[in-house]
Amino acid sequence: MKESIKLTINEQALTAKPGQTILDVAWANDIDIPRLCYLKGLSGVGACRLCMVEVRGVPRLLAACVARVTDGMEVITDSPKLKSYRKMVLELLLAERNHICAFCVASGNCELQDLAQSLGVTHVRYPYRFPNFKVDASHDRFVHDPNRCVLCTRCLRTCEEIEGARTWNVRGRGIHSVMITDLNQPWGESPTCTTCGKCVQACPTGALVEKGRATGEMTRTGNLLPKLTSMRESGR
Amino acid sequence: MSKTITIDPVTRIEGHSKITIHLDDKGKVEEARFHVTQFRGFEKFTEGRPFYEMPAITARICGICPISHMLASAKAGDELLAVRIPPAAERLRRVLHMGQTVQSHALSFFHLSSPDLLLGMDADPVERHILGLAARHPDLARDGVWLRMYGQQIIEHLAGKRIHPAWAVPGGVSRPLSSESRDQILEQTPRAFDIAQRALDLFLSVIEKFEPEIETFANFPTLFFSQVTRNGELELYDGPLRITDAKRKIVADHIDPSSYDEHIGEASVPWSYLKAPFYRPMGYPDGIYRVGPLARLNNADRCGTPRADAALEAFRALAKGAVLSSFYYHHARLIEILYALEQIEALLKHPDILSPRVRAAAEPNRTDGVGVAEAPRGTLIHHYRINDDGQITWANLIVATGHNNLAMNRGITQAAKKFVKGSSLKEGALNRVEAVIRCYDPCLSCSTHALGQMALRVQLMDREGHVLDEQKRV
Ligand code: SF4
Ligand code: SF4
Repeated sequence: MKESIKLTINEQALTAKPGQTILDVAWANDIDIPRLCYLKGLSGVGACRLCMVEVRGVPRLLAACVARVTDGMEVITDSPKLKSYRKMVLELLLAERNHICAFCVASGNCELQDLAQSLGVTHVRYPYRFPNFKVDASHDRFVHDPNRCVLCTRCLRTCEEIEGARTWNVRGRGIHSVMITDLNQPWGESPTCTTCGKCVQACPTGALVEKGRATGEMTRTGNLLPKLTSMRESGR
Repeated sequence: MSKTITIDPVTRIEGHSKITIHLDDKGKVEEARFHVTQFRGFEKFTEGRPFYEMPAITARICGICPISHMLASAKAGDELLAVRIPPAAERLRRVLHMGQTVQSHALSFFHLSSPDLLLGMDADPVERHILGLAARHPDLARDGVWLRMYGQQIIEHLAGKRIHPAWAVPGGVSRPLSSESRDQILEQTPRAFDIAQRALDLFLSVIEKFEPEIETFANFPTLFFSQVTRNGELELYDGPLRITDAKRKIVADHIDPSSYDEHIGEASVPWSYLKAPFYRPMGYPDGIYRVGPLARLNNADRCGTPRADAALEAFRALAKGAVLSSFYYHHARLIEILYALEQIEALLKHPDILSPRVRAAAEPNRTDGVGVAEAPRGTLIHHYRINDDGQITWANLIVATGHNNLAMNRGITQAAKKFVKGSSLKEGALNRVEAVIRCYDPCLSCSTHALGQMALRVQLMDREGHVLDEQKRV
């Protein structure tokens, strides 16, 4: 296998290692690509579709968090087309659940909100669905509000890949998908949850929060999970 | 044939409403009704939410007095936690509340009511508003804008954002006060005093021109309902409830706010989304009572601060017993501005005011919590029940405009009887009927949880409901 791969991102000539994703390489070279389901240290799933990029010669858009680099690849991370798709994705996410930032505990510390702001989502063109999911506040320390979930599965992957508990699962399909704990039991009764709180740290929105936080009070330690992963890997 | 006149929606109040005036077979006014036509239902859709979110959710009920909702809600939250909040947190909440009272009363007096008072009830509606006032009395309009800004800046210093802050939380407040903020507010307070005093003097100088209005603007005996301090002084943030009658005799006193529902019943009327609370022992609709500035000054033995107490003397001299004409809500509001400014000054000078200890941490220790505060427009009650996980299972909100509902109906009936003559709708008469409502400064968006805009429609109907005359204002 080749030692290094040559490619361009936004016409900038770069080298990368085989097996790296477009996002890895962009990241290493300070090129920002919007993302929501991706979290450094977790496996990629390409679920949110925000990190889509254009690759010359490829007729469809690729999710940068899972697409591996190849030799001679020419990647564009920003264009009017990408911008408009990303906005659309965000608007769909916002319309799908009840994102009323005005009283959300995560407001001001929410990746979805940040993205909407940075991508200039000033209004939502799709009809809101206003679901009425039950909030699960049965856990002593945490609250799960599916009304604010974007189904990124960061909680699930964190729980499985870092903590090793596998408390989180997805129930249902498509628009009816919802995150559940264990076999759809109340979180407070979960036999697998270790109350480590890593999923709460991993969640990009106000869907998983610490109990007792009032509006705008949910802050997260930004680098906790990547740090945990790298510590574990270096200890190996 | 009997007829109905409708004023719809009422202008220069917050929210969405209309008035109908019903004429009897002889063409005389029989009754006037105040209709609130929109509904928002916060009580229903907050079910299931963690109670920690309630201060921010309920602050959204109203754009004019979000602070009152936030405070009543946070106080209900304190009850659910079963904690006593740190003294500095209570002082800061009080400062915030006084800032809100000043800005809200300033809005009511300078922006909404002084056009009537200074340009006259019969002035052309094209001019009878704050801009018309600014053209004729530029200093007064400037004063009004400044005083309102002063109150809003207090809110901003403490809570960060002028409208809809989420700063008061169950257990206290989320951030202490900085010394810079304290100093800045204190620096501006003398000017606020000057403006408040000038406004009061001006009001007293024009008041005699309004004798017919004073006599007929909801001038009738009712009970009065408000909080007072433990020793009977004016109180806007926290204290037992008192009920007095038209003679200023105490009917009930030292009522623990959490037992409000033993004393207050709530009726629904078919023509309005606004609830009609009444004093239980007297039944519906005889248990009619009023809340707000007029009620508070009638109820309190004294204000407890020197400048407001001095101003209170002239107010007391207006009547032997309670001051009954709702026209004097304006007067009471101006006295309360003085009181609020004195409170702000004293609270900010307290040595403990910058303390970083502003929040008590606890888990919910009760499942039932009542929070009561005197909003600018009157007693505001938030009552929540939660499950063991801290989620709202039931909520009841009684807002100032609701308390006044029965009194507003009786008030407009009285004014309509005096000023509406024949079957045509004269501008001045309609404005007077509407101005009765405005005396109460009702905040309809809040009381019905209705999002509203201000515009006006007036209808005249016979007993069968046929519209005989109609006027519209946009
Ligand atoms: S999760 Fe984020 S976007 Fe959704 S309501 Fe909360 S702050 Fe807003
Ligand atoms: S709960 Fe949070 S982390 Fe989990 S899927 Fe939903 S948004 Fe993502």
